[in-house]
Amino acid sequence: MKTAYDEMYAANGSVRESYRSYADWLKTTPAEVIKRKREDADIAFHRVGITFAVYGEDAGQERLIPFDVIPRIIAAKEWKRMADGLRQRVKALNAFLHDIYHGQEILKAGRIPADKVLGNSQFRREMIGVDVPEQIYAHIAGVDLVRAGEGEYFVLEDNLRTPSGVSYMLEDRKMMMRLFPDLFTRQAIAPVEHYPDLLLNNLRSVAPASVSNPNVVVLTPGQYNSAYFEHAFLAQQMGVELVDGLDLFVRDEIVYMRTTQGPRRVDVIYRRIDDDYLDPKAFRSDSMLGVPGLFSAYRAGNVTLANAVGTGIADDKAIYVHVPEMIRFYCGEEPILSNVPTWELSKPEDLKYVLAHLPELVVKEVHGSGGYGMLVGPTASTAEINSFRDKILAGPAGYIAQPTLSLSTCPTYVESGVAPRHIDLRPYVLSGREITMVPGGLTRVALKEGSLVVNSSQGGGTKDTWVLEGDN
Amino acid sequence: MLSSTADHLYWMARSMERAENTARMLDVTYRMSLLKQSVAEPHHEWRAMLSISGLHEDFEARYNEPSAANVMRFMTLDEINPGSIFNSIFTARENARAVRGSITSEMWEALNFTWLEMRRISAEGIAEDGVSRFFDWVKDRSHLSRGITHGTLLRDDTFRFIRLGTFFERADNTARILDVKYHILLPSPADIGGAVDYYQWSAVLRSVSAFESYRKVYRDQITPQRVAELLILRPDMARSLITCMNEVYRLVQELNGPQSEELLRRCGQLQGNLRFGRINDIFDYGLHEYLSGFLEQIYDLGDLINKTYFWSTDQ
Repeated sequence: MKTAYDEMYAANGSVRESYRSYADWLKTTPAEVIKRKREDADIAFHRVGITFAVYGEDAGQERLIPFDVIPRIIAAKEWKRMADGLRQRVKALNAFLHDIYHGQEILKAGRIPADKVLGNSQFRREMIGVDVPEQIYAHIAGVDLVRAGEGEYFVLEDNLRTPSGVSYMLEDRKMMMRLFPDLFTRQAIAPVEHYPDLLLNNLRSVAPASVSNPNVVVLTPGQYNSAYFEHAFLAQQMGVELVDGLDLFVRDEIVYMRTTQGPRRVDVIYRRIDDDYLDPKAFRSDSMLGVPGLFSAYRAGNVTLANAVGTGIADDKAIYVHVPEMIRFYCGEEPILSNVPTWELSKPEDLKYVLAHLPELVVKEVHGSGGYGMLVGPTASTAEINSFRDKILAGPAGYIAQPTLSLSTCPTYVESGVAPRHIDLRPYVLSGREITMVPGGLTRVALKEGSLVVNSSQGGGTKDTWVLEGDN
Repeated sequence: MLSSTADHLYWMARSMERAENTARMLDVTYRMSLLKQSVAEPHHEWRAMLSISGLHEDFEARYNEPSAANVMRFMTLDEINPGSIFNSIFTARENARAVRGSITSEMWEALNFTWLEMRRISAEGIAEDGVSRFFDWVKDRSHLSRGITHGTLLRDDTFRFIRLGTFFERADNTARILDVKYHILLPSPADIGGAVDYYQWSAVLRSVSAFESYRKVYRDQITPQRVAELLILRPDMARSLITCMNEVYRLVQELNGPQSEELLRRCGQLQGNLRFGRINDIFDYGLHEYLSGFLEQIYDLGDLINKTYFWSTDQ
């Protein structure tokens, strides 16, 4: 593994252009001041209760996601290219979703093996022939990007179901402005605070055609969900109701919410519940979270679900390898953002190669998410590698493998002082009548030395993300 | 507003008000138990406290005798008793958590902090610092929550459902506190109007922070009729039944809604009875009987509030 690209320092130790102003400030600001500010941030986050619940061993615990005060800074030019690439990619993904649930042209053209789509558990047969407003399926996409070198960004995964984390992006910015207001006067940093407005506009733009003043709600699984804070936060920021399944009911294929003034019609549901739990009549009948009859109202076109049902097929790791081909097929363009080279363990020759090179590769479950159930070869013990090998052999088709990218690093406060830590970036791409996004996104940082896993459930933290305005 | 949101707001306020009034009720009982008495039955003040709260069965199932220590424990820190101060604060906080998007962040932070503090309070700590200090703390935190609500919240239905919870619970609790005096026996019939009687009535007044008000209003010695009049019929008295019902009636009027006619009528009826009531009539009828009747009506109204706003808005 070569030395990672550092966002702040070039290989010769000089400060990169985008960090010049910040580095000056950091050099002249006493360490005690920063220490005190870091403590302030901790207290403030605790007080406000920005926490997330953890699944697994520590189930039921509430933890704070660590926040690092050193921002991740992206030059304007670089962001522009990234944004173009994201627009192109999400446009293709939405076109793909529309296509496979309608004419299936891309399958007929043989550009993606049909059985890989139609035989995939994420393909929702129920969605075939269902028309959705603006032909948009993934209204909110959280595309994970990593940088390997100068101007070299890879898409790690497309999160098209219910991507989370945007509340941290907003809270991190608020915290930075509160702690270091002077930094924001030193240089022009693109604002992100209007994300909730963009989100609301986006959701309203995909309301059923007959509705003139759509009623938008956020649907949460409830207050014990790990991302409940974010659901409540977004509802409040947009000024719409936060509802759970019990607040809604369906009558004559129309969705209503129960209010103190009687039933009120609901037009757009920003749902943060997985497909399986949306409607016990249509999907899992044991779901206590959903709304009976919701899917029939949806099929009838009387309510919009964001994201649509069935988007999981497009961000499935087995389909991921075909996204560049989707871009060529639907947009007639070459992809701006690259995919990470990927071995599909369903292919015998790929499997053979991967099993022989496990210590250097990252292996992921095809349907897994959140950093659970993955192997990071270079940091895993021999025992871990061996037990993972057994898991792979038990069902190779359930896995893909990728080379261990040397994710870029960014200086970060750790116990021993400031040290480089690996980061990624999740921009949030909103698709409706048009595609919008705020500059940047959420930067996640792996706080453990050498670790490449940035997920908050695995000890990751976050940083404020600055996109510089102008030419600097 | 979502029915479930209104439900949470209402119960958030009711639970915090209940925590406060439970502290007040324990305080008056505690004060009375300090008065020297010769009643044969031991712990009878504490027994009275339990029957007034309607919790004596729960208590008897898990504790032996209703000693001061046992009842105090049961009503303050007990994690099973739904009516304990511990659980009232827990319920207030859980309801707030469910609607934290609808209340101001200061409101949430204050309630969350109250709960975090509550969890740290131990029986030993209360014994060491004295029960009064604990009761004062509960009252202070309730005052703080109410104050922040007033100082920060938009005057919309959110505010109204919170106020509805506060005054509704307070009406219930003031009636119960006043009824304490009925349940706590005097050493002998000859003591009526005597020193113990006087101290008991003044303990009732103090427990609802009305001692000074009484002096201001009546400028005379403490008599049962006047205490009852102050706490039932005086509309200028912050915690009196009529003040609570005036607020409840006004709030129900403002909240309105497609199914609130019956609720409004019943609230108006109860308010009217208080407004045109006379203390002599109440005493002729029997104070305890009057208060019991009032509590029954409050209970029915509570049911009707549920049906009107929280449950029945579909189909």
